[in-house]
Amino acid sequence: MRLLLRRLSFYVIAAWVALTISFFLPRVMPGNPVQEAISRATQSGVCNLECVNAIRLELGFGVHTSIWVQYLQFWGNLFHGDLGSSWTQGNQPVATLIAQYLPWTIGLLGAATVISFVLGTLIGIVMGWLRGSWLDWLMPVATLFQAIPYFLLALVLTMFFGETAHMLHLLPSSGGYDVYTVAPGMNWPYLWSIVTHAVLPAATVVLASMAGFILGMRNQMITTMDEDFVLVARAKGLPRRRVVWYAARNAMLPSVSNFSIAISLVVAGQLLVELVFNYPGIGYHLFKAVEDLDYVLVQGIFLVIVVVVLVANLLADLVYVLIDPRARQEAAG
Amino acid sequence: MMAPEAPARTPSAKPAQLAEPVLEIRGLCVDYGYGADAVSAVVDCDLVLRRGEVMGLAGESGSGKSTLAMAAIRLLRSPGVITAGEVLFHSRPFSEEGPRGTIDMLAANDSVLRTVRWSEISVVLQSALNALNPVITIGAQFDDLLRVHRPSFSNRDRWNRSAELLDMVGMTADRLRSYPHELSGGMCQRAMIAMALALEPQVILLDEPTTALDVVTQREILEELMGLRDQLGFAALFITHDLSLLVELADEIAVMYAGRVMERAPAASLFHAPRLPYTYGLLNCFPPMHGPRRPMEGIPGSPPDLRVLPTGCAFHPRCRWAMERCRQERPVLRPLGGPNREVACWLHAGDATIPRELAHPEPPAAAGRPAATGPARAARARR
Repeated sequence: MRLLLRRLSFYVIAAWVALTISFFLPRVMPGNPVQEAISRATQSGVCNLECVNAIRLELGFGVHTSIWVQYLQFWGNLFHGDLGSSWTQGNQPVATLIAQYLPWTIGLLGAATVISFVLGTLIGIVMGWLRGSWLDWLMPVATLFQAIPYFLLALVLTMFFGETAHMLHLLPSSGGYDVYTVAPGMNWPYLWSIVTHAVLPAATVVLASMAGFILGMRNQMITTMDEDFVLVARAKGLPRRRVVWYAARNAMLPSVSNFSIAISLVVAGQLLVELVFNYPGIGYHLFKAVEDLDYVLVQGIFLVIVVVVLVANLLADLVYVLIDPRARQEAAG
Repeated sequence: MMAPEAPARTPSAKPAQLAEPVLEIRGLCVDYGYGADAVSAVVDCDLVLRRGEVMGLAGESGSGKSTLAMAAIRLLRSPGVITAGEVLFHSRPFSEEGPRGTIDMLAANDSVLRTVRWSEISVVLQSALNALNPVITIGAQFDDLLRVHRPSFSNRDRWNRSAELLDMVGMTADRLRSYPHELSGGMCQRAMIAMALALEPQVILLDEPTTALDVVTQREILEELMGLRDQLGFAALFITHDLSLLVELADEIAVMYAGRVMERAPAASLFHAPRLPYTYGLLNCFPPMHGPRRPMEGIPGSPPDLRVLPTGCAFHPRCRWAMERCRQERPVLRPLGGPNREVACWLHAGDATIPRELAHPEPPAAAGRPAATGPARAARARR
C-alpha cells in the first residue's frame, strides 16, 4: 500500500511536469492562432478589420493576460473538468472531441500492445529455450524490425497490402472505417469495416514493437536458464513444460518492469502510424491541431496521452508486485 | 575447521566387505565446447560410489569435480558434452516406486532420466538461495516435486509430507509458506536438503553444500546430514575443496587435479598418510587445531589452465619433488600397497625415492571412523 502511494505521488508529479510542458510548448511555437484564423478567413474571402477584430475577440485575444495568468487559468479549468473548446472544430468542447477520438486509439493501441507483448514474450521464451536451434534465424529478422521506424514500416505495409497501392489490393489503408458504404452503429458491416481498417495499422505497431519484446525476453531467458534453480528443476525430474515455466516466470520480471519504457515508445509510434493511415485517433488529430495552432486541443490531447501512459505504467507496476514476491515484500514493508 | 577426532560411528554399522556399488563411473570424459576449441574438464575418470557410503571428491576450483558429478546425472551446463565413458546406476530403490536394476545413465532417454532424477539421485548445490526458485514458495517447490513423482498423493498428503521433511531438518511447517528470500542461507540449505531427501533417494550429490555458509551453520548442517545418512542409508558424493571437512564425513576420498582423479584412498589413510604431493599440499592448506604449531605450506602457483596443460604430470610445475620423468610422462592411477588405495604419481613407481612427507605409515585402526570401515580392516588383517 505504501508502495502504491509512493508510486502515485510520483505519477502526480510526472503528470504535472508533462502538462506544464504541454501548456508552454505550443505557445512558444512560431505563429499564433489569430494569424492562422485570419489566413483561413482570407482564403474564403476578404477579411477586413472588423473580421480580424471578431476573430481576436472570439479567440480571447482581446484582453491581454500574461502567460502566467493563462497558466493558472488552465489549471483552474482543468480541475473543473473544463478542457476548453477547439476553434478549428467549430468550437466544440475538447472533451467531446477527445471522447470521439479516444476509442479509436485505445482500441488499436490496446489490441496492438497486448498482442505484441504476449506474442513477443512467448516467442522470446521459445527462442531462449531453443537457443542454438533453427529458430535463431529469427534474431536478425527481429533486429531488423526493431530498427525500422514505425512510419517506414507503415508505408511498406501500405505499399504491399494496401487497397490504394498497386501490388496486393488486400486491405484498406486509410481511415477508421469505410465512410461511404457503411453506417456507424451496432451492425456487422460497420464492425467488420473497423476490423479490416485496423489490420494494417495494428500490424505496423505489433511488428515494430514486438521485436523489442522478443529480443529482451530471449536474452533474459538465456541468462535465467543458467541459474541454479533451473538446473535444480531439471534435476528434480520435472516435466519440460514445468522447467521452462520456472525459467520463464523469472525471465519475465525485467520484461514487465521494462514495459513502462516500451509503452511510451509504442504510444509515440502509434501517433505516426495514425498519421500514415489517416486513422481517426488522437495521434492524427494531435498532428492536425499542431498544424492549425489549436492550443486548446493540443493541450487536451497531451493530457490524455499523459494519463494513458501513466496508467499503463501503474498497471505494469502492480503486475510486477503481483508476480515478484520480493517486490511484494517491499511494497508491504 | 573441524578436527579429525570426531565422534566415531559404531563400526558394526558397516559391512565387513566392500559394499556393492550404487553409482559406477568409468572412463568418463567431459569437454566444454566443440571441436578445436574444446576444453577437457574431466578426463578418463573412474569412480565407484558404494551403497550407503560417503565418497569425498576434493580438488581446487576448476579441477573438474562438479563437472564430473553433474555429468553423471546428465545435468551439464551448456556447452558441456560427455565425449566418452560410462555411468552405471545400480538401482535398488528404498520405496516401492522407482526403477530397478542397472541403468546406463549416458544412454538413458529423457523419460528414464526423469524417473531416476531426484527420486533416486538428488542434488544439493552450493548456494541454496540460488537453487530455490525465487518467485514461488518453499511449499510450492516441494509440491511440484511430489506432484510429479508421487502422483497418488492428495494435496493434503503432499503438504503433510513436506512438513514432515522440514521437521526432519529442524524447520517448522509454517516455513512452507515462506519465499526463499525470507529465509537465511542456512535455512535455505536445510530446506534444500529436506527437498533432496523427499523421495528417499539412493544417492545424493552434494556439490559444496556448506561452502557458502558460516562455520557454525556448516557444522550443524553437516551433522544433520550425516545423522540423516545413518537414518536413511543413502550414499553421498560429497564435493568440496576443503579436505579437512571430508576426513570427518567420508568413507573414501578421491582427489582431482586438472580433470583427473590423482589419488583415491580411505579417508583416514588419505588424511594421515597422503601419497600424492598435491594431496599433501591440500592438507597443509588448513591449520591444525591441535598439536604443535607448524608453518603453513600450501601449494605454490595456481591451478593449471585447462587449455594448455603442462606436459607429463599436470601438477609437475607446482610440485616440489618433480623429477625429469614427471615432465615427460603422464602418471596413471595405479594401486598402491596399503588398504584399497590408488595414486597417480611417479614418486611411487619404480625406484624413485619417496620423500619422507609422503611416506607416513598407514594410520592405526582406531584413528577415526573411516579407518574402521570394512576395506581398511580387511587390509590390516592380511598383513
